[in-house]
Amino acid sequence: MDISAYKGIHVFCETSKGKIIENSLELLGEATVLKSKLSHNPEVTAVVIGHQLDQYTDLLGEHGADRIILIDDAKYAQYRPDFYAEALAETCKEYKPEIVLVGATLKGEEIGPTAAKILDTGMAAHCVELNIREDGQFVQVVPAFGGKVLGDILCPNYRPQMASMKAGLATKQQFSGQKAVVEAFSPDIKGFGDKIEVLEVIEEVKEKVSLGGAELVVTGGFGIGTQDGWQKLEVLASKLNGVTGCTRPALDEGWTEHEETMIGTSGVAIKPKVYLGFGISGAAHHTCGIKTAGLIISVNRDANAPIFDVSDYKVVGDWEAIVDALIEAL
Amino acid sequence: MSLSIAVCVKPVPDSDHYDKITIDPKTKRVNRDGIPTIINTMDKNAIEAALKLKELHGGKVTVFTMAPDSAVENLRRVLAMGVDEAFLCSDRALGGADTWATSYTLYKAIEKTGEYDIILLGNETEDGGTAQVPSQLGEWMAIPHMTNIINMTYDEGKVTVERKTDDGSIRYRVALPAVFSVVRETNEPRIPNVMGILKAKNKPLTIFRADDLDLDPAYIGLKGSPTQPGDIFSPDMSRKSELISGEPDAVAQKIIAEIKKTGVIIG
Repeated sequence: MDISAYKGIHVFCETSKGKIIENSLELLGEATVLKSKLSHNPEVTAVVIGHQLDQYTDLLGEHGADRIILIDDAKYAQYRPDFYAEALAETCKEYKPEIVLVGATLKGEEIGPTAAKILDTGMAAHCVELNIREDGQFVQVVPAFGGKVLGDILCPNYRPQMASMKAGLATKQQFSGQKAVVEAFSPDIKGFGDKIEVLEVIEEVKEKVSLGGAELVVTGGFGIGTQDGWQKLEVLASKLNGVTGCTRPALDEGWTEHEETMIGTSGVAIKPKVYLGFGISGAAHHTCGIKTAGLIISVNRDANAPIFDVSDYKVVGDWEAIVDALIEAL
Repeated sequence: MSLSIAVCVKPVPDSDHYDKITIDPKTKRVNRDGIPTIINTMDKNAIEAALKLKELHGGKVTVFTMAPDSAVENLRRVLAMGVDEAFLCSDRALGGADTWATSYTLYKAIEKTGEYDIILLGNETEDGGTAQVPSQLGEWMAIPHMTNIINMTYDEGKVTVERKTDDGSIRYRVALPAVFSVVRETNEPRIPNVMGILKAKNKPLTIFRADDLDLDPAYIGLKGSPTQPGDIFSPDMSRKSELISGEPDAVAQKIIAEIKKTGVIIG
């Protein structure tokens, strides 16, 4: 493979309910940062697959896209993984980008690796950091063992170099008034034909909680113990103008239904100005999601809880007494 | 029609013991000594889904894994759950494989042992957690594949699945053969009983070496992987960990004062 023929950074931009998702805008921002670190100043291209996509072009330009490729057809109106992945792969064959970034969403985690296999190239999943080494090599930093270990992944001999990243890790960039070059691309996509049939698209009615823009997040772990306990955290969060984020135990125990607020490797990474953790032990797969939080204060009865090591302030004691006192004081 | 079902599983270090994982500063290898190996959680959901399909429609459930020889213990437990047969791909030459090379090896093992209507996997593993193998296996096999499955029913040669998305779910009808990966909420995996454990001892368990499979040596192990590992390190996230002590009221006041210092508007 002649890897020198591959130039530019592509970002697969996902839409949901008539909007480009935040994760994609963050990755566009990340792409502009990578571009600034690469001496050949590669073009940043937003790739959008779907139907009736013209509405998104201004937004994508203002978030860093130099070029926008729209793959717009009625066949993409409903999500079919085979169509989307093949369309992304065909875009790579046609435009030959050196780097492709994909949001690690439930769709992106499927589209990305499928396209990588179609292209027979490498893909690093759930990157927490992307860098350019001094020699120009693209370095993808991935977590293993729930974030306890981080490792660099390289893809030296194949192109494009593909990477996925979860929401909340990269930062959006604003380029007010920047207009991108827009072009339509219509690859001949067959997918698995009539072997896959979409029966029904079920939109979730439950209101989703976004931790992305939250300035203050209150979190509870297994130590919370009961649904009533969790309710106290909800009260505290609302008194503090914040939101609650959850851990795996809180979800498994059914104290909260908001799976989208789970923090950590299998959930979201957050960067609030304040993180308050109650009854949280602090396993790596949770704490790697709060690495960039501003102030971290945690309360736990166990003086040896690992959460304390990654906290600015620690309180050794009963979480409920502290939460009650906070609610009382506010 | 009875169903021939393959399930791919992975033995992983028990995540309850991740705090024992260290990196040898000299060799830069991950040290996981003393950490028990278990079958990845979502892979148990995949086995459960397979066993349920078999109970309803009849057939056979065959498990595949790529792992060291020690995985025989894990496979015996899988057989004790009710799986009929297990294949272990174990060879130094297969070590260090990324998802592309791993899914290739699994594909070749599946292909060698027979024809399957449904191939199931857990959506992602706890150790690497890439969630990439199911899709890439489907591409190697060149059959429909879908991830994030929360439920699945079989009738008249096709499977109806509901797959989770970030804003709801989508139901599909998929012709077989096909590859599906399931998530935790799809079912509650059964726990082997004594009878199952006894029976498992006599169930067929075959170890494949690389030479037993019709593998292209350029596609396997670390050498055959498009991605290559570089440096590994433990992230240092330590902060000052200053103790706030005193009565709850005093602690609360101190916490509120620290929050206010950040500029966040509260209450």
